[in-house]
Amino acid sequence: MRFVDEFRDADKARALSAKITGLCEPGREYKFMEVCGGHTHTIYKHGLEDYLPESITLIHGPGCPVCVIPMGRIDDAIHIARQPGVLMTSFGDMMRVPGSGGNFFDSNAEGTNIRMVYSPLDSLKVARQNPDRQVVFMAIGFETTAPSTAMTVLRAAKEGIENFSVFCNHITIIPAIKAILDSPDLRLDGFIGPGHVSTVIGCRPYEFIAHDYGKPIVVAGFEPLDILQSIYMLMLQLKEGRSEVENQYSRVVPWEGNLTALRAIAETMELRPYFEWRGLGFISHSALQVRSKYAKFDAELLFDVPGVRVADPKACQCGEVLKGVLKPWECKVFGTACTPETPIGTCMVSPEGACAAYYNFGRFTRTRVREASIS
Amino acid sequence: MTSDVSVREQQVLDRIERARRRRAKVKEERITLAHGSGGKATQTLIEAVFLEAFRNPLLEPLEDAAELAIGSARLALTTDSFVVSPLFFPGGNIGDLAVNGTVNDLAVSGATPKYLTAGFILEEGFPVADLSRIVDSMTAAAAAAGVSIVTGDTKVVQRGKADGCYINTAGVGVIEHPGRFGVATARPGDVVLVSGPIGEHGITVMLARGELDIEADLVSDTAPVHGLVAELLAATSGVRAMRDATRGGVATILNEVARAAEVAVVVDEDAVPVGPEVRGAAELLGIDPLYVACEGRIVAIVDGAAAQDALAAMRRHPLGEQAAIIGRVKADPPGLVLLNTVFGGTRICDLLVGDPLPRIC
Repeated sequence: MRFVDEFRDADKARALSAKITGLCEPGREYKFMEVCGGHTHTIYKHGLEDYLPESITLIHGPGCPVCVIPMGRIDDAIHIARQPGVLMTSFGDMMRVPGSGGNFFDSNAEGTNIRMVYSPLDSLKVARQNPDRQVVFMAIGFETTAPSTAMTVLRAAKEGIENFSVFCNHITIIPAIKAILDSPDLRLDGFIGPGHVSTVIGCRPYEFIAHDYGKPIVVAGFEPLDILQSIYMLMLQLKEGRSEVENQYSRVVPWEGNLTALRAIAETMELRPYFEWRGLGFISHSALQVRSKYAKFDAELLFDVPGVRVADPKACQCGEVLKGVLKPWECKVFGTACTPETPIGTCMVSPEGACAAYYNFGRFTRTRVREASIS
Repeated sequence: MTSDVSVREQQVLDRIERARRRRAKVKEERITLAHGSGGKATQTLIEAVFLEAFRNPLLEPLEDAAELAIGSARLALTTDSFVVSPLFFPGGNIGDLAVNGTVNDLAVSGATPKYLTAGFILEEGFPVADLSRIVDSMTAAAAAAGVSIVTGDTKVVQRGKADGCYINTAGVGVIEHPGRFGVATARPGDVVLVSGPIGEHGITVMLARGELDIEADLVSDTAPVHGLVAELLAATSGVRAMRDATRGGVATILNEVARAAEVAVVVDEDAVPVGPEVRGAAELLGIDPLYVACEGRIVAIVDGAAAQDALAAMRRHPLGEQAAIIGRVKADPPGLVLLNTVFGGTRICDLLVGDPLPRIC
């Protein structure tokens, strides 16, 4: 299939792998963080680590919006969904994320109506079809999905739709990366930059990583060859003593980002003073809320929202996993008490979560899998 | 990675495998949609609730049909329920799906399908014209499969208590073939075949719901596979097990093989037949076709020595023209399905928890 197969070519992968290995300095260990959960998913789904020398370790970052949403916000969403006349819509990923009293599926089993949609605009369709219900869209995601929420609010305003609102949980990537860089636990050699976020925000916002922290970052696409090439570009920067922002995903990511999308976000949303991130704690100016101009679409103003902070379960080490301090399998409850069927932590829920990706795709040491699969 | 880390990682993985083998327990207080998706939650529900309560030697293998000995005859008995939405989709409707699905459960058990039952649960207000269309296609499907629908039942529920029309069936077939099939009999050296391109039914129905704004020239693969199975069994005595790859898709079946037979199943991704429409839609939705339902495809586990005969036999049948050998059975690591990806890497191909959920970005 065009536009897919050429990015999964095993011969090209072998060639890149050899070039990467050639750039490794003997005795040096390399740690790169792929910020985005979509990259984590690709890495595991295609078995990409088979192509990396042992001295390169990939650390899975916080760029999985489902993984960083704190339990209290899930409880808040369920609380809204329980109010009379409410029909909530949400992305599929959200359905299994546990709140303190269960997830959206459990909540539906007890009587709420939380439906899966593929796009916020579909929620608007649901609102038009159900004029007697208050349709609340559970908005989540980084700058990747925020523009579509923004466009939906704009369209709702234009069409004068009265029974639609947004429970806004949009977050922004830069403060999270900064939190990681400031974390004392971790030594990183560079970043594989988030591709989809960058289609919106462009590459410029990453310059502080290269300039202030002296770390190379390469914005990468989501096919396995994209990621392998980005690792090669990172290794080349290290070899040549550079720390720059480079764009591997130039076929999609413009350097300046998407100004129309950014304008739509700025029109409808503003930064919150602070927001809680699962595992990372409260980070200031790291999330978006609906602007007061569009208050009538803000579910947090329209409905009673408890806003209670719920502590993560004690056994859960998602925070350490999200910061890359622990590998998924090093978490105490990984795979035993915490599984994709009964997740304790969010990293085990989304296919983009590091724990779920490792559990579903990589639950075996590399060497043993290699021995078994060679025919 | 240092060897010390490898050792620690392996210890954790061993602990996980032990945890996975523990007796199944339903932790949820209520039934959720995941319990009906064919993945892990369904398996847990079946083992912890139904098998625990009904346990007997005929049920225990959890095959698609139970094998009954009555006098000197060997009969296969199966039951199935159909709740597909929408009721009508490109390539079929709930009626032919019900007949074909029941026929296929019998066929892959090695039986010649003979008699079906049909129970209808209808919602108040359901158009009779729609019911007639459904029943007409059941008649046609039954004729094509050589079975008779010999008894039935009708219930009507209040508006809102059902989604138009549900169908429950039972099927009886006669087992004349001397072999005994079962996924537990798979052993190292066997090969895995599929009878054609996968995922067409599941993707067709997903698109027919109209929620996705994706249009594709795609029809359901719903078809009776008894003829294909007969061709296969006539060609070789090396068949160990057959399954129709319905809910949960090919990957779910292979996990059942790996678990029941304590073997590893290794699949070559580039050998798996997937049509371009299915592949395109699955890529867009972030869904793996290996987990998408088919309604007219079988997965067969065959002795390695009989691999080419089995493949040739499948390809002789019109439904099996694109049949392929997609993998093989190995001894280690037991209980796991491994996928050699097109990209050249290796990964696990586990049971899904629930329905494949689309990713958000």
